[in-house]
Amino acid sequence: MGIATLPDIQRWKGLGSSMGEILRVQNLSFRYPEAAKFAVRDFELTIKGGEIVILAGPSGCGKSTLLRAVNGLIPHMYTGEYLGSVSVGDHKVSEARMSELAQTVGLLFQNPENQIFMFSVERDIAFGLENLAVPPDEMRTRVDEAMRQLGITDLAQRAPHELSDGQKQRVALAGVIVMRPRLIILDEPTSLLDPKTAVELVELVRRLRDETGITFLIVEHRLELLVRIADRLVVMSEGRKVLDGGPEEVLADERAAAYGISIPPISRLRNQLKRDGLPLENGFGPDDLAEELNREALGR
Amino acid sequence: MIEFRDVTFVHQTGKTALRDVNLKVEKAEMLAVVGENGAGKTTLVKHVNGLLKPTKGTVLVDGEDTTKKSTAELSRKVGIAFQNPDHQLFSESVEAETAFALKNFGFSRELMDQRLNWALQFFGLEEYRNSSPLALSGGEKKRLTLACILAWDPEVVILDEPTVGQDAIQKEKLSGIIKMLRSTGKTTIIVSHDIEFIWPLQPRLVVMSQGRVVADGPADTLMRDEELLEGARVMQPQLVELYQRLRRRPDSPFASVNDARLWITGPVVR
Repeated sequence: MGIATLPDIQRWKGLGSSMGEILRVQNLSFRYPEAAKFAVRDFELTIKGGEIVILAGPSGCGKSTLLRAVNGLIPHMYTGEYLGSVSVGDHKVSEARMSELAQTVGLLFQNPENQIFMFSVERDIAFGLENLAVPPDEMRTRVDEAMRQLGITDLAQRAPHELSDGQKQRVALAGVIVMRPRLIILDEPTSLLDPKTAVELVELVRRLRDETGITFLIVEHRLELLVRIADRLVVMSEGRKVLDGGPEEVLADERAAAYGISIPPISRLRNQLKRDGLPLENGFGPDDLAEELNREALGR
Repeated sequence: MIEFRDVTFVHQTGKTALRDVNLKVEKAEMLAVVGENGAGKTTLVKHVNGLLKPTKGTVLVDGEDTTKKSTAELSRKVGIAFQNPDHQLFSESVEAETAFALKNFGFSRELMDQRLNWALQFFGLEEYRNSSPLALSGGEKKRLTLACILAWDPEVVILDEPTVGQDAIQKEKLSGIIKMLRSTGKTTIIVSHDIEFIWPLQPRLVVMSQGRVVADGPADTLMRDEELLEGARVMQPQLVELYQRLRRRPDSPFASVNDARLWITGPVVR
């Protein structure tokens, strides 16, 4: 780690945090060839640099199609009827080269097994940089930095297949971070993790956002863990955006359950108590609610 | 009907995945297995249909030692829907996939058609009858693996992480299926990290950690044991945590609420 890395990091941080909008989806509609219906319809979404946004909705609501339109697989690989536009940073997705997009948008798969394949953790993390022919010195610096940010420096020489599932997920995420994307898409990141490991991942995402200003777009069904760190919750149904706001607000919206969203039990109870007339604030955890209920009942 | 006697399992790599496991599951019981990633949960259930045989100890299914039975014989009794459906689906169409085991088990043409139609209809897969299983979404694939198993009506149904990739509507349906299995006298074993899904089912809970069974008892009791759950990297269900936090203060008006299960159905707050 020389002095040379410092301005580098600052430049990178600046990219994410200070440039306003990172994603702009304008009036997007997309229909796959031979499909009767549009998978995404009249979709509008703007995400600011450094936001953590959860995208939720029932199976088949168009989430995967939207993600493909963000990372460029649509329209570069999947063609079809494409209306409107998608921009990530300075790139208009439909016009940018896939190699440019790959450096702007990072994708972490649900199952890290699909992403990890080299013989050592550090080789695995370096893989994307090797493909870009990044000079060895810079590669070393960036791989070390990614490992440090994810707390896996001590795993550098280990074989990925020997690691625990939580560690594998960190390695896969390091392989994404090392490319210094401005936007990272996480596809159901906690679904294969035990609850405590899932909580650790959620905290890690928050810390990465705070430290680097990277923007996160997260698709997830299991909301109870992620709503605590999210700035926004966007709900899709039948290809359209139907709800978009602060997670507390959206989870308190009676329409959310009707759109097939798993409302975490505490939010469900909180909503019910509020409807019954208890003057509760907004919050997510059992801890907040217990405190409020005790305070309320004890008349203080 | 299922019994593990001092079972230890060592993988070819030398890694010990199960250590001295003793477990008895009666007919028609519903069991949920929880614990950290790598605790041995999947290894445990693979012993029930003989996919794995113990390195030490004995596994008995209906009183018979699994080492003396073929996996094919055991599969007739024990159906497992694995975590990753891609490891399980291989036929050219959804219909052929569902028919595969029925054919192998020698079902008559008539019974096969009847079961096939029921299963595809029940799981909302009829429209994909002639599609390749690989063309289905992740959630649909999981439903197909379950349809395939329920079609041959095994006595024991094992679901490994059934809620992964399933939205709220599908989860609710799945919960209904599990209740149906229980009401028809099937033995059901669910392996899952999804505590909020498991808890309302109120199963018998087996907590595993580092290859051992560290606790075995009613979910309602074990889910209150914070120390136990912490050690196995399991979180408390949100409503149980709320219940315990409400009772923690001695002056709390909620201190007298004695049944955490009340919180499932709704608030008991006045």
